Amino acid sequence: MDKLLFGDNQFFGVNHMSEEKARAQAMRFQKSSAISQVLAAAYDEGIRTFMCTTHDRLSDICDHIRENPSSFPEFSFYPCMPYAHKYANAATEDGIVGAIRRFTPQEGMLSAALRGGLSLATKDIEGITTLLIDAEMKMFQGLRCPVIFLQNVVVDFLLGLGVKDAFQIFATHVRKKYGAEPGFITMNMPRLLDLLDEVGIENPIVCANINKIGFRMCGGVDAYEQALRKRKFRAIAMSVFASGAVSAEEGIEWVCAQPNIESIVFGASSRANIRSTKILVDRYWRSAA
Amino acid sequence: MIRLAVMGLGKMGLSHLSMIRAHPDVHVVAVCDASKYLLDVVEKYTGIKTFSDYGRMLKEASLDAIIIATPSRFHADNVRDALDRGLHVFCEKPFSLNFAQSEELGLLATKKKLINQVGYHYRFVGAFQEFHRVLGSGALGKISHVRAEAYGPVVVRPKGMSWRTQKNEGGGCLYDYAAHPLDLLNWFFGLPDSVAGTVAASIFSKDTEDEVYSTLRYPGGMSAQLSVNWSDESNRKMSVKLTAWGTAGKLYADRQECQVYLRDGAKPPPGYTTGWNVRYTTELTEPVWFYVRGEEYSAQLDYFVRCISEGRSENVNSFASAARTDRILEMLLADSQANLTASQVIEVRQKKALSR
Repeated sequence: MDKLLFGDNQFFGVNHMSEEKARAQAMRFQKSSAISQVLAAAYDEGIRTFMCTTHDRLSDICDHIRENPSSFPEFSFYPCMPYAHKYANAATEDGIVGAIRRFTPQEGMLSAALRGGLSLATKDIEGITTLLIDAEMKMFQGLRCPVIFLQNVVVDFLLGLGVKDAFQIFATHVRKKYGAEPGFITMNMPRLLDLLDEVGIENPIVCANINKIGFRMCGGVDAYEQALRKRKFRAIAMSVFASGAVSAEEGIEWVCAQPNIESIVFGASSRANIRSTKILVDRYWRSAA
Repeated sequence: MIRLAVMGLGKMGLSHLSMIRAHPDVHVVAVCDASKYLLDVVEKYTGIKTFSDYGRMLKEASLDAIIIATPSRFHADNVRDALDRGLHVFCEKPFSLNFAQSEELGLLATKKKLINQVGYHYRFVGAFQEFHRVLGSGALGKISHVRAEAYGPVVVRPKGMSWRTQKNEGGGCLYDYAAHPLDLLNWFFGLPDSVAGTVAASIFSKDTEDEVYSTLRYPGGMSAQLSVNWSDESNRKMSVKLTAWGTAGKLYADRQECQVYLRDGAKPPPGYTTGWNVRYTTELTEPVWFYVRGEEYSAQLDYFVRCISEGRSENVNSFASAARTDRILEMLLADSQANLTASQVIEVRQKKALSR
């Protein structure tokens, strides 16, 4: 994995600090071309990986990358699925089972209907899960996706419920069908590591909030530091600026001093911010190493 | 260990189940739902014992506490049965569809010395807690007006068929959505004297209102305006906002931040100055033991658990408090019906005649 991964919250009106800022960003990135422009700038600055939610609007971006292979020769996606609001809103409208039905893919209706229908009937979440993964992955056809993530709201929901099988089902399907490494995003890193150990997912890729002020680091900063020091896993730090509560330099300096972090995922809306983040990471990561 | 069950496995029930099962002081011993299908899946993958008969679960599961997340119209009966069994009860909002009944359940829980809490999670959002603190400090002077708003993308097309869009199930924008900002008003300012000009109108739903507007009048002359619309797709998710205007300043909060403007001569609370002050969620939010979808959801359940283990007598979001919110909801409902135009009255009568 690259040291620096580019995230996508800024493109889809996700801002954990201010609703006003979130709306301003949603307006600015209303047209997919505005997103593509920032991605091109990121690529120019040496960023090669886009870690992105499987938001409906992302399919435009996938099209753009497919249509311009020469501009993005080494570009990789790390899809993060699912875009949970889509399912949550559907569940509010149609109930839980109705929502699952609504998202079975249109293409290959027969096999989908058989697999999904059968899965629904036999209460076998393996069939339903793989069907939903395939639906989410459709837009990435022909693009390089070496790591596929399960989003934190799903990871943490299943972690709390104790649906252990789901993690192995996801990992196996992602490896087998897409030749990709499974990744897990979480707000409860120490606890998730225990569960992944238990179900036999070795040296997992885990992406979690890792920041100086302990924002959304459930289990506490100490438990996170311990885990980074002692556990065998591949850590990706997100929210290193704690939604803006920590300054860029302070955030990067601190996170680069933590042991065993493989990558940092960050969001930025301008070339200047991408460049300055990259400069900081190059400076502090090198000095820490 | 508190032995706990979850009744009702819809969106909220499953979300509560995930968080509470991860709580170190709680042992989830059973769940109950009407969908046999869902129960089979839950039992198969989590190993939790399942019941389709609520009465049987109460009798057989030897519980200390229960979380009730059934469709709103079942709340009152479910809660009463649980209290009769001597259980501490956390019930989803709105509490019940009849405030007299809500009050009675509040009295019953108090009499039996049982912890009773309703899931108005916005009271556990750091920014609204800060709003409460600043307001309580008196720094804003005399409050003349408050605006309480909620917008979000729940019903954005003329279809959908869950209980939330069925009036007789206790669905609708008033009870399901407006209840949140109204509960915050209840928390901050208590009961209004009167409500007027209430509009509860449909945008897409056949059976229920999708938007609610109203003017509330409080003792001492303060007024509030409510503006709620759950068919607003421009919001990615539910957004609740409160703004208060006082003689010495203005106060605003949403889930992410609390903004305070204090005029010269105001008495700023500790840490505040005159002019603009902004506090963000990152500094206002207390860490939680487990996170699924927002600290406030975890925090309210942890609070419920602590109230039980510490045997507290008074609690945030008690049944008595939620009963007052139910009362405000009923005031709005009655006012909206009193405000119908002549043609709307005819329409309502025709619908009633047809449903007979």
